[in-house]
Amino acid sequence: MTAAERRLAPKHQRLALVVGALVVLIFAAVLATWALRSQASLFYVPSQIVKDPPAAGHAVRLGGMVETGSLVTREDGVTIDFVVGDGTARVPVRYSGIVPDLFVEGSGVVAEGRMQANGTFFADTLLAKHDENYVPRELEDMTAAQKKAMVAETTR
Amino acid sequence: MIAELGLAALWMAAALAALQLVSGVLAARSDNLEIAATVRPAAVMQGVLCAFSFAMLVWLFARTDLSVKLVAANSHSLKPMIYKLAGSWGNHEGSMLLWVTVMGAAGGLIALLERRLPERTMQATLATQGFVALGFYAFLLFSSNPFERLPMPAVEGNGLNPLLQDIGLAFHPPTLYLGYVGLSVAFSFAVGALVTRAVTPDFARAMRPWVLGAWIFLTVGITAGSYWAYYELGWGGWWFWDPVENASLMPWLAATALLHSVSVLAARDALRAWTIMLGVVAFSMSMVGTFLVRSGILTSVHAFAVDPERGTFILVLLAIYIGGALAVFGLRAGTISEGERFALVSREGALVVNNVLLSAILGVVLLGTLYPLLTEAFGVRVSVGPPYFDPVGALFVVPMLLVMAAGPFLRWRRDRVGRVQKPLILAGVVAIAAFVAAIASGIGVLPILGLALGAGLAVASVLPLRGRNLRRLPLATWGMVIAHLGIALSLLGMASDSAYSLEKLAAVAVGDVTGVGPWQIQLAAVEPVSGPNWTALEANLLASYRGGEPITLAPQARSFWQPVQETTESALATRWNGQLYAVLGKAAEGGRWQVRLWWKPFVTLIWLGGMMIALGGLLALLGRLRDDLRRRTVQRKAAERRADRAELTA
Repeated sequence: MTAAERRLAPKHQRLALVVGALVVLIFAAVLATWALRSQASLFYVPSQIVKDPPAAGHAVRLGGMVETGSLVTREDGVTIDFVVGDGTARVPVRYSGIVPDLFVEGSGVVAEGRMQANGTFFADTLLAKHDENYVPRELEDMTAAQKKAMVAETTR
Repeated sequence: MIAELGLAALWMAAALAALQLVSGVLAARSDNLEIAATVRPAAVMQGVLCAFSFAMLVWLFARTDLSVKLVAANSHSLKPMIYKLAGSWGNHEGSMLLWVTVMGAAGGLIALLERRLPERTMQATLATQGFVALGFYAFLLFSSNPFERLPMPAVEGNGLNPLLQDIGLAFHPPTLYLGYVGLSVAFSFAVGALVTRAVTPDFARAMRPWVLGAWIFLTVGITAGSYWAYYELGWGGWWFWDPVENASLMPWLAATALLHSVSVLAARDALRAWTIMLGVVAFSMSMVGTFLVRSGILTSVHAFAVDPERGTFILVLLAIYIGGALAVFGLRAGTISEGERFALVSREGALVVNNVLLSAILGVVLLGTLYPLLTEAFGVRVSVGPPYFDPVGALFVVPMLLVMAAGPFLRWRRDRVGRVQKPLILAGVVAIAAFVAAIASGIGVLPILGLALGAGLAVASVLPLRGRNLRRLPLATWGMVIAHLGIALSLLGMASDSAYSLEKLAAVAVGDVTGVGPWQIQLAAVEPVSGPNWTALEANLLASYRGGEPITLAPQARSFWQPVQETTESALATRWNGQLYAVLGKAAEGGRWQVRLWWKPFVTLIWLGGMMIALGGLLALLGRLRDDLRRRTVQRKAAERRADRAELTA
């Protein structure tokens, strides 16, 4: 503690405290906002991801309908290939792992993962509709009728 | 009849809350003793009536009274009794009733027990408590009546979400609610002290047990919730940065900051305005958490999709309470006189830095949680996950841990860095050794930091005990040491799990052997089994650690029939150095079964640490309560002696 600090009037000490706290908090807010803009993983529907693909390796979410008849299980018994569509575009997806219980052809799915350079989407996680109490947020309105509306709304 | 009794009790409780508010305000403004005398009894009776109302709801669920809408929607006559009871708070209306019940009980307890504060401050505190409760009563009575009857009794109930049919989860919401409500009490104290200009160490001592209690419950709730997510969801993760998880983490962060600043105010009469501010912020975070979970704005496992009316209601309450409190704070902050001064290098200084960093972490989590909601309003859907929270959070957690290691060695008011170097150098050496070892094992940056800081902090946490008489050490000091050590252990567990976990995904036939890490695992059989309201396929896995005696694991794929849903029940084998985690998947071709296995070294430290943090809080709470009792006895005896002397001289 220096002599200068010791001479701080009480008022000044409180002021210094408030200013210091504010500086840290504003720094945190600015940093968080900046990080969010770059780190938040965007949600895509197939027609968007085909038209304007994200950088290969960048984490995104892909949501749509699992096309009927597209589901193939590979030799190892745990890797699946399927196609996600939204009525206008189709994206092949590969996933290794145990699929959610309600993951079925003709139903909605949200895949978290990365787009590969060859146009295949490698999924780390699949979120499927569990029951009426659990729907991935993006799938809330992914009924066949509203799909097109959503595509229109999210591709401006 | 029971439902009507419950509803009547709820209305009466609401009326008493209104009386508590009005008479509290009048009493604080005048010297009318008759009005003042009604405040405490009103608070007690309000608590009793509300508890009665909640008991009626539990009874309805226990009997599965299908003429009540809430029971028909969330229960089923074939459910096990424990889940029937848990069903009463496992839904929106019931959980809100539980919230206000706990709040009423807390208000009643303060009214009965708190005698330290100036009577005016107490009146203002109870009036605030009544005001907050009133909002929740209005919410229940006007928009989410738990006792609503159906025009025709239902034939059978809808059942309870199977994911929620788990003993840990049944008691998860009440635990968090106790925490949230404890913070509402702290909020009332803060507003009461602010309004009556009595921000004193006495006020801090009166508020502290409630903050501590709330913080203990939040700690237990978060720890248990994390463990539940870990074994019930079957993804092997223990924290997903899910908005629902953040909803409970944010009040915890605020409460942690508040806990430390209240201690400064109680011990040193400094940080007056800051403590009041944190009291408001902590309760705001509880309200924000409630809003996020209860409004249906987030759709996730725990949040039940509901109509926007409720969300709006909570938002309006939030605006009224928090806006009101901040307005009062703005008007009165200038009148809170400056507390005791201290140097930057001192115990207070360290606590201030810790407070600011905790607030920064809180800001980072809050922004990350709200960001998707904001962008969605503009039509862009994003999800925010570990890539954001981990690095940005770590940026503030790391300095916080360093201050946390050093703080307990510092003296109050003023200290020199030179005096506390020795123990810190020792902790630093341990941290550097762990750092080198971690780098040598070739893992990511954050796990390396986690292992190094965890090891250093573990040493630094226990060093304040050196050279002290352990028998005579105050319980509060023990609490601090144990809680800080718990943080270090949790950190080590998290870092170890993210760095050294091994995963194996395979399709195996009965009789096949597969392995993960040091484990050899054989699929012995897959057989159908059945429970009270489900059937399942159960795998029989024989797992042997480094060729030792095999342990049996029995993961299941369960099918519930009311409501129809499938869940995976993971199986765990716990050793001192980690857990083997097994999940059974679907049938694959060629008679094989999908099996997913993880070997997670030292993962259990995460929850062990969490429990130690809560235990530390409990010890501190017991110590404080004991001190309070002693102080009271001493004061009473002194008063008696004075009275005796007065008689002698008279």
